[in-house]
This record gives sequence, C-alpha cells and structure tokens, in this order.
Amino acid sequence: MSKPVKQVHLAAHFPGVNNTTVWSDPRAGSHIEFSSFVKLAQTAERAKFDLFFLAEGLRLREQGGLIYDLDVVGRPDTFTVLAGLAAVTERLGLAGTINSTFNEPFDVARQFASLDHLSAGRAAWNVVTSWDAFTGENFRRGGFLPQDQRYARAKTFLKTAWELFDSWRGDEIAADRESGVYLRDDNAGAFAHHDEHFDIEGRFSVPRSPQGRPVILQAGDSDEGREFAAEAADAIFAGQRTLEAGQEFYRDVKGRLAKYGRTPEQLVILPAATFVLADTDADAQERADVIRHQQVSGQTAIKLLEQLWNADLSSFDPDGPLPDFDPVLGEHTVARGRASVRMHRDPLAIARQWRELAEEKNLSIRELIIQVTGRQSFIGSPETVAARINELVQADAADGFILAPHVTPGGLDEFADKVVPLLQERGVFRTEYEGTTLREHLGVDGIDGVDRAAR
Amino acid sequence: MALDGVGWHPAAWREPEARTDELFSAGYWVDVVRQAEAAKLDFVTLEDSLALQRDIYNPATDGPRRVQGRLDAVLTAARVAPLTSRIGLVPTAVVTHTEPFHVSKAIATLDYVSTGRAGVRVRVAPFEDENRHFGRRELGAVDLAQARESTAASPIADLFDEAADYVEVLRRLWDSWEDDAEIRDAATGRFVDRDKLHYIDFEGRWFSVKGPSITPRPPQGQPVVSSLAHGATPSRLGARVADVVYVTPRDRADVDTTVDLVRAEQEKAGRAQDTVHVFGDLVVFLGETTQAARDRKARLDERAGAEYGSDAHIFTGTPEDLADLLLDWHAAGLSGFRLRPGAVPHDLTGITDGLVPALRGRGAFRTDYEADTLRGLLGLARPANRYAA
Repeated sequence: MSKPVKQVHLAAHFPGVNNTTVWSDPRAGSHIEFSSFVKLAQTAERAKFDLFFLAEGLRLREQGGLIYDLDVVGRPDTFTVLAGLAAVTERLGLAGTINSTFNEPFDVARQFASLDHLSAGRAAWNVVTSWDAFTGENFRRGGFLPQDQRYARAKTFLKTAWELFDSWRGDEIAADRESGVYLRDDNAGAFAHHDEHFDIEGRFSVPRSPQGRPVILQAGDSDEGREFAAEAADAIFAGQRTLEAGQEFYRDVKGRLAKYGRTPEQLVILPAATFVLADTDADAQERADVIRHQQVSGQTAIKLLEQLWNADLSSFDPDGPLPDFDPVLGEHTVARGRASVRMHRDPLAIARQWRELAEEKNLSIRELIIQVTGRQSFIGSPETVAARINELVQADAADGFILAPHVTPGGLDEFADKVVPLLQERGVFRTEYEGTTLREHLGVDGIDGVDRAAR
Repeated sequence: MALDGVGWHPAAWREPEARTDELFSAGYWVDVVRQAEAAKLDFVTLEDSLALQRDIYNPATDGPRRVQGRLDAVLTAARVAPLTSRIGLVPTAVVTHTEPFHVSKAIATLDYVSTGRAGVRVRVAPFEDENRHFGRRELGAVDLAQARESTAASPIADLFDEAADYVEVLRRLWDSWEDDAEIRDAATGRFVDRDKLHYIDFEGRWFSVKGPSITPRPPQGQPVVSSLAHGATPSRLGARVADVVYVTPRDRADVDTTVDLVRAEQEKAGRAQDTVHVFGDLVVFLGETTQAARDRKARLDERAGAEYGSDAHIFTGTPEDLADLLLDWHAAGLSGFRLRPGAVPHDLTGITDGLVPALRGRGAFRTDYEADTLRGLLGLARPANRYAA
C-alpha cells in the first residue's frame, strides 16, 4: 500500500541582516518601512503560506571592533510589526523570534497572548537563547547568564510562559450584565512559579487567547536544540536540504518525540531554504551564480573568512589564496553579535577542508567563499523546484521549507506566482486556507491537547 | 481621549450597548479609535499595566465584579495603526520592570507602522502585584501620598527617578541613528555609514545601556512622550522628560496650582525653553440635559454599589457645559485635555458628536487635521538629532 500524499508547508522569512540579502539590487526596497513588511506578508498570504517569520538581533553586529556595515543593518521591533501585520492579513501565521535571556516570562507571555488575540489565533514564537555579554550590554542585567545555562533558562522560561497561558482556561469570563458578575472564577489567571531562574507569582493579565498557547518554533540544530524541539516545539526551522542528510535529521528529531509522549505529526520540520528561479534550469544556474557574486563581494569574502579564522585578514587579497596560517582558536574576538560564528565548532577541520577545495579547484578567497557558504537550496525552473520540494517532503527529508528571498520585499513574488501553482496542481499544497488559526494550518493541536506544562 | 476597556466607570461594562464581549478582539479597538479619528481628536491613549486591573479610587468594585484582563497597549496601538491615518496613538508602557531597549524599539516601530503618529505614556509600577510578576526587586515602603507632597528621597521617588533615566535612554536610542545613516553605497559596498550610528553609553543607578538601537531613527525623530502627574514627584518626572503632562485639577483654582507646579519643575529641570504641554484629565458623563447625565451616572453608581471616585475631576452634564468648562480651564493655562469617557460608547459619542461640534461652534477645535504626524498636531517641530555633528 502506498503512503498517503503529504502536504507541503511553506513559510516566508523576511530577508535578514546577513549577506543573503542583496540590498544593492535595483529592486531592493526598505528594510524598515512598514510597507515592505506588508508587501511580503500579503504575497505570502496570497500564496497561502502557513506563516510569515521575523528573526531577531538585539545588538548591531561588529567585526574588528566596528559596526558591520556591508550587510543590511537595522530592523524593527518584532512584536510591534507583527501586530501591525495582523491588521492587513487575515489568515497568515505571524511568527516572531523572541529571546529567552533578555526578557521576562510575564511580559513575553502577555505580549504573545495579546498578539494571538489581536490576530485571532495566528501567533507563533520562535524561542531563541542567547547568552553573550556583548548583547547583554543593552539590557538591565548585562551578560548575566553563563553559556551552559542558556538552554536551561530557555526551557524553564517556556514552561513558565505555558503556565501563564494556561492560567486562564477560557471559561472564566461570565460578563453577566444582570448579576454584575464579570469573572465567574475570582481566581482566574492565578499562577506561581519558583525555580532557580524565576521566582514569580500572582495573576496573569490576559485571558485565554484563541490558540491557547502560541505555536512554538525552534531553530537550533545542535543536539540540545533538537532535544528542546522534541520536547517543546510545534515546528523546527532546522534540518538539511539534501535528501539523505535531510532524512537522517528528520528521523533523528521525530524519533525523539515519543519519550515526551508526543507523536511525529506534532512537530513540523521546516528547514530554511533559498531559491533561484528562471525559465530553464540552465538559466537559473547562471542567475544563481550572478546572485552569489552579488552576495559575496571581495570585501564580504574577507569578512566571512575572518569569522572562521578569528583574525584580522584585512590585508589579504580576496582574489588571492587563503592565508597560510591556521584559524586562531579560543574565544572569538573578531566578529560579535553573530550566532553563526558559534557554529564553527571545529575551525581547524573546516579550514582544512576549505584549503583542500581551494587547492584542488584553484580558487581565490572570494570564489571559495562563494562555493562553501550560503549556496542557494533550490535552483531551477519552476517545474524543477516544485518537483524537488515535493520530492524532499514525500521522502521525509522535511515537512516543508521556510523560504528567505534575497530581495526585499518583492523577492517572493516569483515563487508565489510560478512554483506555488505547480505544487497546488500536484495536490500537495493548499489552494485555500482550511482553518483560521496557525495551529490549524500546521496541523498541530495544542489548545485542548495534552497539558504539557503539567508534566 | 483616554481609552480604558469599555469606559472608566467600573459598571460601564454592564450597559446594554457596551461591547463588553469584544474587549479582546481587534475590531473593538479599531472602531473606537476610528470614531475618535473621525472627530479629528489629536490622539488616544491606551491604559496598561502588568497586572489585572484594580482601581485605588474605587476599591469597593475591585475584583470579579469589574472588567479583568486586557491586551498589551503597544500591540493594540500597532494593530489599529494601519487602519487609521491621522490620529496619534499613545499606548501606556510600564517603565519599572521592563527593558528600555525593548520599549524604545517598540515605540520607534509603532512610529514606522503609523507613519509618524506614535507616542508613549510612561507609567511607574509601584504596586506589589506587578512586582511579584517579575520577582526581581524589593520595592521598599511605597507611600504615594508622601510622594505627592514632596520630591524628597523615598523608595517611590526612586521609581520616578528611574523612570526619568528610562526616558533618557528611550530618547538617546531614538537618536542613535542619524536620519541619513543608511547610505546603500554600492561603490564602497557599505549599507550604512557607521559614523552616523552612535553608542549611547548610558550609565545610571539602575541600568546601563550601550546602544545603538537596532531600529533606525523613527519618522518623527522623537515620538511624543507623556506622563500622568498627581502632585510633586510625578510632576517633576513629567517636567523633566515629557512633551505632554496630564494633570488632574479638581477645579479652576486647582488648574493654576497644578500648572504652576509643572512649570516650576520644568524651570528647575532647565527645560524652560522647551514646549511642554499640560493637559487636564477629566472623566466625563454626558447627557442631553444635565439631569439626564446625572441620572445615568447615578444608575451606574448604583450598579457598582458605590459612588464613582477618581483622581481626576468628574464632569457630569451636557456637552455645551463641558465646552464651557474646558475653555475656562484652557484660559487658566491648560493647553489641552485628555478626556476619559465614563462609558463607551455613550460618552465617547458624547465627546465626538456633542463636545466636538460645541467646541467648533466656538472656533476652538479643528475641523480637519492640519498635520500628518502627532508632533505636528501638537505643534512640536521635528527635533534635531542630539548626535548629529
């Protein structure tokens, strides 16, 4: 018997503050005016995407002690933009990245519960952890959290937020005008949470929202991140975009769910992806190469190399060979405020691979960086890209993808107009929203489901 | 116009036409703000706190017999912003337990979403219920009455001093990007001119903030800052940091006293040259006749089980009489008024369809918006950036 056909999930990532985003493109618009956010969100909704996603950064990045100026700089407040977008969209999920280190559960929970009310059930929270003292310099408590406690705090932060969301069941408001009873439960919203991170109690101030709890997203790819997702998230923005590696990740993460009493469908796997479209596959390859050169200028290549080398390489020629010395190990001192530098877990091994590749193909620094960083995930004609996406989803290498266009805000139009109809023709992507809430779009319950907070 | 639930009277939610069941839906808030906008009001404020509502002036009705629970004010304002076009949006932000970095970018972003109509009303949180929701500090003995009498050092005076630091950080962060910092210079590959981004390097008794903001300078440069002032210590805060100070005179003679207090503090703060508006707060119960207004308020009081109390003057009467009072108090030194409708929609409509035409009949209120930013409506120029060379 053949497997039932899986439905593809799609999310739209507002282009971020890294070199994927080509701000020099003549079509590139503002990254801060609200109209850009409206444009991308409305395109995503027109194409029936599951959700719209905003990343977060709480300190402008620096490299070599100076504010990094080669990429887009500046972004709005996540919650505020999403609340604004709730006014100009009707069904699209609205996902925000909110840090569990430089916030407090009561305030974050009331903002997400408010956003869920204001969007009639479309709020999602990408829980991220950070710890660095560099970011902490913008906040009351500074760099208070040791790196090895960041997941512990994130877990208890989320658990506490759930207790707050669940402190209202949804039936407390009587609003009986005759008797004058507004709350039939005069203890509605009562909570108490005491642990090493949070010592709080009282009454939560936002009645139960349409989704009960916002959809929880998680982006970490590390072992800790996967475990956190398996325990607590409704969707994970990680994974691999090749068939075999994707399947391995998928099996691994979905295999972790059972121990938390969850079924595989309760976690949607949405790897981040980029795309380049053209009429033919050959044209798309050519276009992809042009875009890669826009994304990686000579200056950018040196900066990206410095992020691995952890050294000042400004005297190197991007059109010349790699440095003849190894990366500097230990504390990262060159690039700050950038999560990706922490992902270089074994700089010496990566440098060795890069050096071998450069020697084998006779690549300059710039050409090497173009090859080894950020190559587009889906390159081809609309037919090729639609087929590839569907193949990866049906083969359980992913449940869908979160797509980051490289041009703001119109970069998703082509995908919406050309690829989405092909997925719809194949019967693997919705032609209309079936539900009204994001939980319904993703097929993850949670309103009246198992009370995970109680465990 | 000051919006809070379905009106400021604790029994307002029981009125037959009150949209009590829609308090947690966006549509209600959009409708009431649009109604205020159609009447060309300068701005609406939205109340907020970090706890369930309670009302120290009406303790008898606290608890399950009044509206409990509310949505975040900044997010509600942002939800309304794209569906309105001219009216100012001034949510309340608590400045005691929250992060100035987050609130600064939130208000800047509200200014982007509303294209230049954002303000903020800063509120200290001196109460133990809000404090226990954060669990990060000892508040000490809070004596509100004493803080109203004098500005002498006390735990609550500290909260107001902290609020002044907080607003200083908001304002520095709003200026931490010069207007032309984004250059998109393809020739040099630079998106920003980093010389036009500034560390604010704020270091104070309660917190330090490095900066710059992650959000570029908002359309108005500096969104409008406002605060409510009863007595000495809160007036000092408003006079030090705000563009609009709300005061609560009980009668005309009290108008002189409260305005003088703010002006004296303004002088002491070295801001004598700055425009600081002093707005009078009033709770209003309106009717076609004075008797009708009184009867309606009496009915609300009866349902609440106690006579309504307020920090502000309670006006009960006709729109024409209210117009007389406002013009009289205006002549005594108030630049404007923040009206708190006793019950919505009744008193909201009394303001938009009764008071506004009455004021216009006397040539004392706009017939159309004369500016497209909140600063513009308040006669405040777009300020120069403190960091610009």
